[in-house]
Amino acid sequence: MPDTALETRGLTKAFGGFRAVRGLDLKVRRHAIHALIGPNGAGKTTVFNLLTKVHVPTEGQILYEGADITREASAAIARRGLVRSFQISAIFPNLSVRDNVRVALQRRLGTQFQFWRSGRTLTVLDEEAMRLLAEVGLAEAADARAADLSYGRKRTLEIATTLALDPPFLLLDEPTQGMAIEDVDRIKRLIRRIARGRTILMVEHNMSVVADLCDTITVLQRGEILAEGPYAAVSTDPAVRAAYLGGGHA
Amino acid sequence: MSNKTLFAALVALLVLVPLVPGLIYPIFVMKVMAYGLFACAFNLLLGFTGLVSFAHAAFLGTAGYVTGALMIRFGAHPLGVPAAFAAGVAAAALVGFAIGGLAIRRRGIYFAMITLALSQIVYFLAVQFRWTGGEDGLQGIPRGTLLGLVDLSSDTAMYYVALALFAAGFLFIDRVVHSPFGQILQAVRDNEARAVSLGYDAARFQLLAFVLSAALAGYAGALKALVFGLVSLNDVSLHTSTEVVLMTLLGGVGTLFGPLVGAALVVGLQNYLATIGDLVTVVIGLIFILCVSFFRRGVVGEWLHWRHRRAARAARPLPEPEHPPVAEAA
Repeated sequence: MPDTALETRGLTKAFGGFRAVRGLDLKVRRHAIHALIGPNGAGKTTVFNLLTKVHVPTEGQILYEGADITREASAAIARRGLVRSFQISAIFPNLSVRDNVRVALQRRLGTQFQFWRSGRTLTVLDEEAMRLLAEVGLAEAADARAADLSYGRKRTLEIATTLALDPPFLLLDEPTQGMAIEDVDRIKRLIRRIARGRTILMVEHNMSVVADLCDTITVLQRGEILAEGPYAAVSTDPAVRAAYLGGGHA
Repeated sequence: MSNKTLFAALVALLVLVPLVPGLIYPIFVMKVMAYGLFACAFNLLLGFTGLVSFAHAAFLGTAGYVTGALMIRFGAHPLGVPAAFAAGVAAAALVGFAIGGLAIRRRGIYFAMITLALSQIVYFLAVQFRWTGGEDGLQGIPRGTLLGLVDLSSDTAMYYVALALFAAGFLFIDRVVHSPFGQILQAVRDNEARAVSLGYDAARFQLLAFVLSAALAGYAGALKALVFGLVSLNDVSLHTSTEVVLMTLLGGVGTLFGPLVGAALVVGLQNYLATIGDLVTVVIGLIFILCVSFFRRGVVGEWLHWRHRRAARAARPLPEPEHPPVAEAA
């Protein structure tokens, strides 16, 4: 079994004349926490959108566990176990907190098209939904409407929903964006915990999160790889310091 | 009071209608039941799937024409009523599959416009075909006898059969909304991108909801044709498609009872204000303006919202822990 979970070969995306991603060769090791960083407009989110098929690549290939998934649809990729958590909070606002998690768990029952069945057949999932909510500290809010949660707790709910799929590969899009400092620490601990036995690729602006969590960091600039390696190596790379970290960051 | 109890109470009241002559006209109640089902079918799409369709008259009318035409030819057969009814519903589902399948590729206003354009084709066909009676529509549709046992030409017999069909249709919609399918449908409505990222093909859920909604609109259309013995071009017209939007919004979109209340209001106004002629349209228009300006959730929606807020105030507000407990990393 090869050591690489996800690989891109010559991945390119052009929007009209603008090439947002240029010939990207990225390898994500299995069970690593891998960060994608770079200044605004470096193409990080475009790479995520290409990996989850929001955009179709102009050129190049995407391989997940050795299989070519370049032409697969979004939902099919999620079913393979490559699941994305969104930059904006991605919840179902009019469903209860418990039902948010249950929707994710429901796929394994295979009854999602059965419109004639009673909703009571879904209560077998309640126990696991509650376990997941307890894991992220949302158990006491299970019956609240998801829209009524605070911003930080909406993100936590979203992570619980993503965990419900038990995905071997997680794509985290700025998991700590817009969070207060104490929430950032909480999410950091949560990510470290859920990373066990999983591969994580994340886009993150918060350098303390990247430094503490990530084994490998890929620095993008104008859609190309500028540097790659562990935080210590990348952060002292003169090209990276010039392009991105600027002065002040050690 | 749960939805089921409330509905049981409503049905119990409706059972009494023919027993108290002069209280309310049973034909009028049957009309409200048919339009109520029609609005509930529409609401399954608008309220629980988040899709706006301007094609629902096409489903109501198609089923009406098919059921009516079959009753005219085979109405005397003992199995005529159920067979004609089933054929009408199936025809509406097929037309729904065709229209929905084409429209589902687009989003928002484009989706609505495609449904509108395709429903105009159905209208055109209804004018052109000979079996639909063209401008005249179908008249004198016999009610037949149910399984050769119950003579439906009696209004009372027809009323109880209509009530049973109405109750079955409403309970079916309630079941769909609360089924495993309904749960995913509401997730797709709330956040389509997220539902897809969880591995659900949003378009397939929307298409199935569209076909179910079309079939149920057809169910209402078949009932209406049987009750009134009449199907006209008005049943497939854009006017009917917009009227059902009005009923649903007025009653409360996304609530189970809202469309019933909305249908009762609109049909009631049309009926009891019929003496003022075309002014009915003005009155209904004014009510609609009041609705979207002051009570956007609709009658039932506002009531539920008020109850929800009162309950929330009564309950102790949920304290937000400053540091929600999270197990430490090992």
